[in-house]
Amino acid sequence: MISANLSAIFYLVSGVLFILALRGLSSPETSRQGNFFGILGMIIAITVTFLSTGNFSTGFIFVLVFILVGGSIGAFIAYKIPMTAMPELVAGFHSLVGLAAVFVAISAFLNPEAFNLGLPGRIKLGSLIEMSIGAAVGAITFSGSVIAFLKLQGIMSGSPITFKGQHILNALILISIIILIYLLCITQSSNLFWILLGISFLIGFLLIIPIGGADMPVVISMLNSYSGWAAAGIGFTLENTALIITGALVGSSGAILSYIMCKGMNRSFFNVILGGFGATEETSNNSNKEQRPVKSGNADDAAFLMKNASSVIIVPGYGMAVAQAQHALREMVDTLKKNDIKVSYAIHPVAGRMPGHMNVLLAEANVPYDEVFELEEINNDFANADVAFVIGANDVTNPVAKTDPQSPIYGMPVLDVEKCKSVLFVKRSLSPGYAGIDNDLFYKENTLMLFADAKKMTEDITKNL
Amino acid sequence: MEIDPLIFRLSIFILSIFVGYYVVWSVTPSLHTPLMSVTNAISSVIIVGAIIAGLSGNFENVFNKSSIFGFLAIALAAINIFGGFLVTQRMLAMYKKKKKDK
Repeated sequence: MISANLSAIFYLVSGVLFILALRGLSSPETSRQGNFFGILGMIIAITVTFLSTGNFSTGFIFVLVFILVGGSIGAFIAYKIPMTAMPELVAGFHSLVGLAAVFVAISAFLNPEAFNLGLPGRIKLGSLIEMSIGAAVGAITFSGSVIAFLKLQGIMSGSPITFKGQHILNALILISIIILIYLLCITQSSNLFWILLGISFLIGFLLIIPIGGADMPVVISMLNSYSGWAAAGIGFTLENTALIITGALVGSSGAILSYIMCKGMNRSFFNVILGGFGATEETSNNSNKEQRPVKSGNADDAAFLMKNASSVIIVPGYGMAVAQAQHALREMVDTLKKNDIKVSYAIHPVAGRMPGHMNVLLAEANVPYDEVFELEEINNDFANADVAFVIGANDVTNPVAKTDPQSPIYGMPVLDVEKCKSVLFVKRSLSPGYAGIDNDLFYKENTLMLFADAKKMTEDITKNL
Repeated sequence: MEIDPLIFRLSIFILSIFVGYYVVWSVTPSLHTPLMSVTNAISSVIIVGAIIAGLSGNFENVFNKSSIFGFLAIALAAINIFGGFLVTQRMLAMYKKKKKDK
């Protein structure tokens, strides 16, 4: 048994180690060390908890058993999961954090003595407020993440589910959550506590169903943030510094990521919180489009163009990951590099289905990270490059975002692909991307469309090089 | 007059939000996915609360109404801790620099 002061200091240490874990991610070289700090912080926090409870009875054995069971499931998933399924995994993990927060809150509500929070029915007011906020946010995180997970897995349709009065209903539920917390604090009634949990689950569900599949990057980041706030709420209840620090870190991290994703899609943060976005109406500019001529080519033409280039920029998008073309792509790039052609990759902030997803997919295909550039870093280079190879991306290259104020994506940052001497566009058909608008790039003089499956086309090009 | 300890916790909380803000902006965009998986893992430090809840039972009765929720939370958080750190490790191991030799 160690004193409360000593354990508080150790919790602070583990909080600091968690900060260092995130700090490490500022560059790939330091990142592995950062992850190690994170693990160390976690070990310290868990050990200190054991020591401070000083309870090594039968219960302790069970705690270890449950840690081992959970841990092996987690480890198994971590080794098995394909990198394309990362968004689903993260959404699933968020739901677990949310649910764990709910369970801890329930446990504390039923047995407040174990946490020094008072007696059942006479819980300290401050603790009760913190507890109910933690539980409510946790419940929202849980049900929201479950919906996000189902949508990403394709079990649930990715199309937005909207109905009349949705916003009003959501607003009413949010208000009633606040009222319930207030009443709960006055009456300490366990029935109110259960109702609070119930409607929090409901609102999490309602907040995410109207959001379209293509907007998942924002949703995942948002839920990341929620899971942090839930942890912080529980941290206040338990008076635990490690949990408060971590909750704040994760909360702000998720918020920043959602902000970056929103910017990448030119949406306002408020728009996201309200939900219902992603319901892009099929506007008239789609129906009256005239047939415009496109140039299309085959693998031979593409290989010829690239062989005679001195620099090539690859623009990968989620379509590349769907077609599992990243390995074929890297082989093509290897062949190009053998011919002394300079190759770099341009990544749009919302390429892929979660922040940084495309970078992981490329890293998995052994693409060195110093050949991969973000939009701001590389956008000026398009003008000097000979060939842009767009594979599986669409809206993020559409010049309309810069030229046509009427367009729904106007103002969205896009890659200046059209400035390249020639553009190779791998795509299965001329169909519009997720934003539902035609891509002007298809019809440019210097664009050559390669209609094929991304993986097959890339392999064919490699053969012809 | 004594200051309520809550105020200290609130100060830690607010300052940590700022620390988080600056630290996360310095994270390179190419590592945003590992960032999410590692934040996932560290937010499972909520296991600390779950352990206290799980150990709240007594000798005769390890599982009571409250400790059962604690044990469930321990399992959930453990999935996240192991899964989160390991998958982060796995991803970070893939980030390699360009080889100098041609």
